[in-house]
Amino acid sequence: MKTSDIIKNGLIKENPTWVLILGMCPTLATTTSAVNGMSMGLATTFVLMMSNIVISLLKSVIPDKVRIPAFIVVIATFVTIVQMVMQAYLPSLYDSLGLFIPLIVVNCIVLGRAEAFASKNNVWHSFLDGLFMGLGFTWALTLLGMVRELLGGGSIFGHSLIGGADGMLLFILPPGGFLCLGLLMALINRLRRKSA
Amino acid sequence: MAKKAQSTLINMLVSLTVIAVVAAAALALVNNVTKEPIEIAKQAKTNAAIKAVLPDFDKLEDLTVDGNLCHVGYDADGNFVGAAVEAGSDAGFGGHLQLMVGFDKDGNVFGYQILETHETPGLGAKADLWFQKGSKGDIIGRTPTAENPLVVKKDGGDIDAISGSTITSRAFLGTVNTAAEVFAKMNI
Repeated sequence: MKTSDIIKNGLIKENPTWVLILGMCPTLATTTSAVNGMSMGLATTFVLMMSNIVISLLKSVIPDKVRIPAFIVVIATFVTIVQMVMQAYLPSLYDSLGLFIPLIVVNCIVLGRAEAFASKNNVWHSFLDGLFMGLGFTWALTLLGMVRELLGGGSIFGHSLIGGADGMLLFILPPGGFLCLGLLMALINRLRRKSA
Repeated sequence: MAKKAQSTLINMLVSLTVIAVVAAAALALVNNVTKEPIEIAKQAKTNAAIKAVLPDFDKLEDLTVDGNLCHVGYDADGNFVGAAVEAGSDAGFGGHLQLMVGFDKDGNVFGYQILETHETPGLGAKADLWFQKGSKGDIIGRTPTAENPLVVKKDGGDIDAISGSTITSRAFLGTVNTAAEVFAKMNI
């Protein structure tokens, strides 16, 4: 497998959000602002990268029948580490993401990549896959967060572009999340097909 | 590449046990490292909230009234300058709402900070600015008492509720009134 293929797969061709449509719960719930979306994406990237490395290293010593509990323990360990570190050094971010950090454990992207990629490939490729799948997830969440923040609150990354206006609240609420996600997905998949 | 381990009972037991033990050790280590910074961060948050809701003070004293934590401020000469009362309500739209409400020595609201909120972003979550000085629902300087509590206009009071978030506004003002009762009970 070529390195450039892994990179392209994660970022565009098999992008977890736009193409695989995995992990929709954090995607919709944490993208009320660009910063939240990006932070969630980066936290997930770290977990993906680390769990892919460890699972790839352990793949020959984990018996098939217990591979899922073994993967989950590895993933949960890294998620808990992220949670504790964030709580200690980035408390305000931890407050705004709160519940969704522990829920990275059940994000199907993480288990999905462990099962579909890391348990079958070498460490270097697994690391790249984790990193670029994570970054693919991150840019998708950041974009969604930016669009929702702009339409819903008139600002991007907390910088107000439209002074004094309240924005269209709908886009910060869950229905607006679904609308933005669907429309962006349609647009991106059209662009993707055109270029392919 | 090494041959894959077979799914025998002994292999399964050993591999899962080893993975669980290593994971537990790693977590214990990280927990040890982060325990102190987490405490410090929590303390810093509380201190920042107290500073924001109280007049200038030099000394703080904590006491508990009816289960509500109160931070009482004194100036350099030991004179009482005001108190910050932590109070909560489960009547919020999204569940629990925890506030810190600061009163000056005469019982007027000096400031407030939201410690915990689950209100709707863009609607009820606006409470952090809505009731501040100069905003539409300004409560700063008001003196809520048992006979004369703060009430939203819809319920016959004179405070502008957050547009579209009457339930949050009721829970918020209710909590401020509770804090005022606690402040009155402190008897300072």
